[in-house]
Amino acid sequence: MDYTIKIGGEAGQGIQTIGGTLARLFARSGLHVFTHQDYESRVRGGHNFYQLRLSDRPLTASRDKIDILIALDKEGIHRHRDELAEDGKIVYDSTAMKETYEDPHFLDVPFENLAIEHGGNKIMSNTVAIGAVLGMLGMDLNVLHKIFEKRFGKKGEDILKGNLKAAEAGRDHAIKLCESCSYSVGTTSTSSVESKMLITGNDAIGLGAIASGLKFYSAYPMTPSTGIMNYIAGKEAEYGIIVEQAEDEIAAINMALGASFAGVRAMTGTSGGGFALMTEGLSLAGMTETPLVIALAQRPGPATGLPTRTEQGDLQFALYAGHGEFPRVIFAPGTPEQAFYLTNKAFGIAEKYQITVIIMTDQYLADSEWTFDRFDVNKVHYSDQRLRGHAIKELKEYRRHTFSESGVTPLGVPGDSTHLVVTDSDEHDESGHIIEDGETRMKMMEKRLFKKMPHIREEIAAPAFYGDNDPEIVLTGWGSTYGILKETVDLLSVSRKAAMLHFSEIYPLPETEKFDYLTVLEEASLTFCIENNGTGQFARLVRAETGYDFGVIIKRFDGRPFSVDYLLGELNAHIAGL
Amino acid sequence: MPTLQDYRGQQPAWCPGCGNFSILKSFKDAMVGMGIEPHQLTVVSGIGQAAKFPHYIRCNTFNGLHGRALPVATGIRLANHEQRVLVFTGDGDCYGEGGNHLTHAIRRNVNIKLFVHDNQIYGLTKGQASPTTMEGTKTKNQPFGVFSEQLNPIALAIALDCSFVARGFSGDMEHLSGLMRAAVNHNGFSLVDILQPCVTFNKVNTYEWYKQRVYTIEPEHNPEDKMEAFRRAQEWGDRIPIGILYKNNRTSYEERIPVIQEMPLLRHSFEVSKVEVTLNEFY
Repeated sequence: MDYTIKIGGEAGQGIQTIGGTLARLFARSGLHVFTHQDYESRVRGGHNFYQLRLSDRPLTASRDKIDILIALDKEGIHRHRDELAEDGKIVYDSTAMKETYEDPHFLDVPFENLAIEHGGNKIMSNTVAIGAVLGMLGMDLNVLHKIFEKRFGKKGEDILKGNLKAAEAGRDHAIKLCESCSYSVGTTSTSSVESKMLITGNDAIGLGAIASGLKFYSAYPMTPSTGIMNYIAGKEAEYGIIVEQAEDEIAAINMALGASFAGVRAMTGTSGGGFALMTEGLSLAGMTETPLVIALAQRPGPATGLPTRTEQGDLQFALYAGHGEFPRVIFAPGTPEQAFYLTNKAFGIAEKYQITVIIMTDQYLADSEWTFDRFDVNKVHYSDQRLRGHAIKELKEYRRHTFSESGVTPLGVPGDSTHLVVTDSDEHDESGHIIEDGETRMKMMEKRLFKKMPHIREEIAAPAFYGDNDPEIVLTGWGSTYGILKETVDLLSVSRKAAMLHFSEIYPLPETEKFDYLTVLEEASLTFCIENNGTGQFARLVRAETGYDFGVIIKRFDGRPFSVDYLLGELNAHIAGL
Repeated sequence: MPTLQDYRGQQPAWCPGCGNFSILKSFKDAMVGMGIEPHQLTVVSGIGQAAKFPHYIRCNTFNGLHGRALPVATGIRLANHEQRVLVFTGDGDCYGEGGNHLTHAIRRNVNIKLFVHDNQIYGLTKGQASPTTMEGTKTKNQPFGVFSEQLNPIALAIALDCSFVARGFSGDMEHLSGLMRAAVNHNGFSLVDILQPCVTFNKVNTYEWYKQRVYTIEPEHNPEDKMEAFRRAQEWGDRIPIGILYKNNRTSYEERIPVIQEMPLLRHSFEVSKVEVTLNEFY
C-alpha cells in the first residue's frame, strides 16, 4: 500500500488544514507518512499544494504519481491533472468551481453545499473534503473524531458536532461515487496500532535545541527558518526560555553571543540573506571563543531569490562565511530525526570547543513532515561545560583565554565569583585584553584554531552508507536529499549494485579512518554527487579536501526539490551506458 | 568596600589631554562611591577610542564589534539580570554604525546604562565627520564641510520615550560622576551623552568652545515633563544644557518577561527527561 494525495488550490483556501489533518490522522492510525509543501510568497491567492504520501512501510520521500487529487480551484486541476496515476481520482466541487468535468477520473463532491447542509457553515468545506478522502480509502472516522475533539472541543458542542456531520457527509458522498475504487489502507482505528509521531524538520530542530538545554533564542523572521522560532516561542514558559525577536540579524547574532557569554546556551536561526548579515558576528564568535549554534535554512538566492522554495545553494558560503580564520562545524541533517540528534550534538560541540556550529537545512526539509515511532530521549546528551558557582569561586585565578593543551579554556560565568571574565574582538592576551604584538597573536591562533581542530575533527561521524556493500553505482548527497537518495537506491537495486553515501556532518569532512568512503567511491564504476544547487558545492568541497572528483554531478536549481522519479530519470541517461 | 585601586586597569592609549581621561576618573569615582565591586559589573563596548574603556578599568568585559555593543548587552542582561550591564561607546559607534540597535534598545527598555563619549568626530580613524559633527565642519573626508544635519541624540531619545536621558560634560567631573550614579540607580534604559573634546581631531568643539556654552540645567527643571524636556533638548549653539533632561517610570523589559520573574535565566535548571512529555505532542 503506497498512496499519494495532493491538495492544490489558492493560498488561504485551507490546503494546510486538509493536508495537515489527514497527515496527523494517518500517523495516529499507525501509518507511515511523508508530506511536502510548495507555496508562493503570498498569504492569499496564487497556487499552492500540499503533497502527502502514506504507506504501511517507512517512507522518506515523495513520489510523482498522484492517486487522489483534491482540487480546490481550476488551477489545481490544470496543473496537476497530468500527474494522476492511471486509476487516480480528482475530487472537486463543481458548484464552487462553476465547472463540471465528465471524465470518469473526476469525483464531484459538493464540499460547500454539504458543509452548509450538514455542518451548518460553509467554512466546514475542508472537513467535507477530509471526510471524502477517508471514505475513498475505506477508513472510519474514529481517529478524526478524536482530533476534532481536541481541536474544536473548547469552541463548543455545535462546532464539534457540525464538523463531525460534515465529515460524515463527505465520507458518505465519496463512498457512493467511488464504488469502483480499489483503495485499501488495511488499518482501522479500532485495532491496537501504535501511533506514529509526525514532525517537520523545523520542529525537530526546535525540539532538539530545547532538549539540549537551550535558554536563549534570538532571531529575525525569515522563511523558511521562522518555524524554529515559532516552535521554541511556544515553549518559553514551559522550559524557561527567552525568545527575542531582534531588530535585524546583526542584532540577533550579537544578542545570542551576549547571552552565551553571560552563561546560557544560545542559538539563532535564519536563511541565506540573514546569514549574510550575521557573518560579522560569526567572526566575533570565532575571536571571542563564544559557543553558538546557528540554524541556516536555505532557500534559493541570490538576494531575495525564490523566498518560499528550496535550494542547497549556501554550502560554500557557510564554509567561508566570516572574515579571518577560525574553526567551525557544519551539520546538514537529512531527516527530522537526524535534525533532532544533530542539533543536540551541535550544542555539545559548540560548548565543548567554544565555537559556532551551523545546522544547514532548506525549505524542503524545514517544512516536510515525516513519521517516526519515537525519538529516544536517552540518546540526548547534556553536559554543562561552564564554570559556574563554586567551580569558579574555588579557582585561585581565572583568565578567560589561558593557553592550554587542547586549546580550550573553561568558560567562566561573569558575576558568579570575584574573578573577572574578559574577552575582546581585538586580538587579546590570556586575560582577554587588547594586544598588538605578533608573538601573542601567533599563540592565540594556535590556541583558537590549530589546537582545537584535530579534536573537533575526531567528533565528526562517518557518512551514512546504505545499499550494496560492493556497489558499482554510488549516489552521494548531503542534507535534505537523504530520503530521495535512499528510495532511489532501493529502486536501482532491483537491477544494479547500488549504494548511497550520505553526509550529514559535512565540515570538517569525516576522517576516512572511521569509514573509508573514498575507497568505496574509487572502486565504483559510476559515482554521482546529487545536489539541489547549480554548481555542485559539496562535490567542490570533497575535491578540495580529498582530491576526489565525482563521475557525474546531478544538479537541480529550479527551486524545487528532487523527487525519486525525477532523480531516476536523470540517472538513467548515465546508467544506461554502464 | 571597593577602592579606586580595585578599578585600576591597563595604561590608557588615549592622546594626552583627551576628554576620555576625565570620563574614566568620573566613572571610577561613581563606582567606588556606590560600593559596586568590579565583578558585579559587565561592561560591553564596540570599537572606537571610547570602546577601549573597559580595558582601562577592571570589570567583566565583552569588547565586541563596531556598533554592536547594545545587542550584546541586551543578550547579557536577559540571560542574567543580576549583573549590572553598562555600555561605553562613542558617537560614531553608537549613533552611526549602531543607530538601528539604539532605536530598538530604547524601545525595549532593557536596564542597560549607555554612556556615549560624544566628541563629535571619529578619532580612531583619524578625523572624519561623525553623526554629531556640526553642519559645515570641514574634514579630510568632507572638504566642502558636512552637508548632513547634526544628529541630536537627546531629542531622539526623548522622542522614543527613553527611560532616562542626560547630558554630561567631561570638563565637569563632579557633575558627570553624579549623572553616572543617577543613571546606574535608575530602573530602565539610560542614556548619558557625554560631551568630550577631541584634542587631536576636533578643532571646532574645543574645551574653550564647550566651556563658553555648557551650563547646568536649573534644579527647577522637571525631567518628567516630556514636552519641556524636548524643548530643552533643542538648545544647542550659544547655550548647551547638561544634567538630567528627561526620565520616566516605564516598566523595564526584564520586569515584563514572565520567565525571569522568579530568578535570572541562567539559574533555571534543566532536566532532559522533561522532553518525553513534549514528544507526546507530536502524536
